[in-house]
Amino acid sequence: MTTAFTPTPSGAHVRAVHDPFHGDLLEISMGPHHPSTHGVFRMMVTLDGENVVKLKPVFGYLHRNHEKLGENTSYLGSMPYTDRLDYFCSMTNNWAYALAVEKLAGQPVPERAEYLRVILAELTRLLNHTCLAGFLLQDTGASGTPLMYAFREREKILDLFEALSGSRMMCNYQRFGGCRIDATPAWLAAVRGIVDGYGAFLDEYEELITGNEILLARTQNVGVLSPALAVSAGITGPMLRAAGVDYDLRKVDGYGLYPRFDFRVPLGAHGDTYDRYMVRMLEMRESIGILRQALAAIPDGPIMDPKAKIRGFRPKPGEAYGRIEGPKGEIGFYLISDGTPNPYRYRVRPPSLINLTVLEDLCLGHTLADAVIILGSIDIVLGEVDR
Amino acid sequence: MLGTGLLKGLAVTAKNFVGSFHDPKRYTTVEYPEQPTKLPENYRNFPFLVFDGEQPIDGLRCVACKICEAECPPQCIYIIPDRDEKGRPTKKPKVFDLDVSVCMSCQICVEVCPFDAIKMDQHFEIATADRFNGLLLHREDLAKSDAYYHSIHPTEAAQVDEILAEAKRKAEAKAKPAAPAAPAAVKPPEPPAPAV
Repeated sequence: MTTAFTPTPSGAHVRAVHDPFHGDLLEISMGPHHPSTHGVFRMMVTLDGENVVKLKPVFGYLHRNHEKLGENTSYLGSMPYTDRLDYFCSMTNNWAYALAVEKLAGQPVPERAEYLRVILAELTRLLNHTCLAGFLLQDTGASGTPLMYAFREREKILDLFEALSGSRMMCNYQRFGGCRIDATPAWLAAVRGIVDGYGAFLDEYEELITGNEILLARTQNVGVLSPALAVSAGITGPMLRAAGVDYDLRKVDGYGLYPRFDFRVPLGAHGDTYDRYMVRMLEMRESIGILRQALAAIPDGPIMDPKAKIRGFRPKPGEAYGRIEGPKGEIGFYLISDGTPNPYRYRVRPPSLINLTVLEDLCLGHTLADAVIILGSIDIVLGEVDR
Repeated sequence: MLGTGLLKGLAVTAKNFVGSFHDPKRYTTVEYPEQPTKLPENYRNFPFLVFDGEQPIDGLRCVACKICEAECPPQCIYIIPDRDEKGRPTKKPKVFDLDVSVCMSCQICVEVCPFDAIKMDQHFEIATADRFNGLLLHREDLAKSDAYYHSIHPTEAAQVDEILAEAKRKAEAKAKPAAPAAPAAVKPPEPPAPAV
């Protein structure tokens, strides 16, 4: 009998596969419709007892040919499809795509539109992280209550999006060279109201959850991601920062108007699930700060560059890569133009897919129930993973 | 002390539970079919065609230029231009079909239309048992009056009216000098009216 025990940071043990006394390993197919897989995602989990010894992610059930569609649609026509990548964060997807096209065409953006973009991107970050906190708690088994608290706040932000862009989730709001509809003073006042109340909600939510002993026991030291692995796997976003790597495109690239705003980048110390949750809670507080500054400084003026073209848009041959710090990580669009109305190549760099690649490394040695939380803390949206 | 975090969380839940019976701000449920919520003005659903005057089909602003058909990303619009007996285009759509089972409400047809003929509706209760013909809207279903457009998007409709009036003034100003110039230059054309 071979008993090769490999201790893991959590203290769990992975037993060697050939063990005549403990029988065969058990392979479970979780998904594609398991509620905790956050969409149509399948995990082929090999279990030894309750511990994961092998995990094979299977995805592609939601493949919609997004990149090929982008090559056969006009530049403007791809904008509504970007909403459907990560349907929680359509505003940031729109921005990343608009940024790539603006780089390609050398299109300037008026100042008011840039402010609106920052405001909408930070609202999206609040929305996404709030939902994540709710879903993570749902995954740990706190069925209902925290998720409903989160959704209550999300609803307020979605109402703002609906009042501005006409749609709650499929906003289709940004255009090359500006935005589609100007924000009214009443809308900006409504944003101010929500931003002012958001701190109180975060306090309430943290009191509800953050110190909860059960949550601490379930998340601390679970799914530890080392900084070296995070960097070499190309992880971005809150997941990378939770591992302690100081990399935020808002600071690194300084795109849009972010250099004008004063904010800090929260970093984690352990890279475990709890850090990933906590980094997001702290990021929301920074987002509120950015929103306050942006709302105080937003100027009047046009929202669309007068030279911007809506119809018959044909950028000169060339290539461009536009990326922004989306709520889930670096969302980027790579475009090659050959001078025709359609891009020659349209490539999306989805943060969810690349963050998902380390799932097996995080889950090995943990129990099946922990794998669910780890997947939740990675924060994926299958619309973006499969495209 | 172990359990403090739990008790704190339970206190929050209890506060919300009790508050939900006293604070009207917490009555978030709307009993939908009986009690509809007010939609924001910018809310958009599927497109419709605007007509001026009383006749839905004759008054359509659409000139069947097919720009929306070409620009529509999921290609849900199908247009055949109408022709008179001699085969000349009458600048009216003979067929204007819109498949709302394909439409993704992206509003690009509205943005590219140079004639302000197609606009976004706010009517969303269009469920039907027939998934093919029931969701394929023809021009008779799509034609809705300008007054209806004003009732759902007042601000936007007012702007559109201004743009259309401006275009009409410009067209008239352009036509005026050409018409009297042919017989004799009686008097110089009037300067165009100020914009506002």
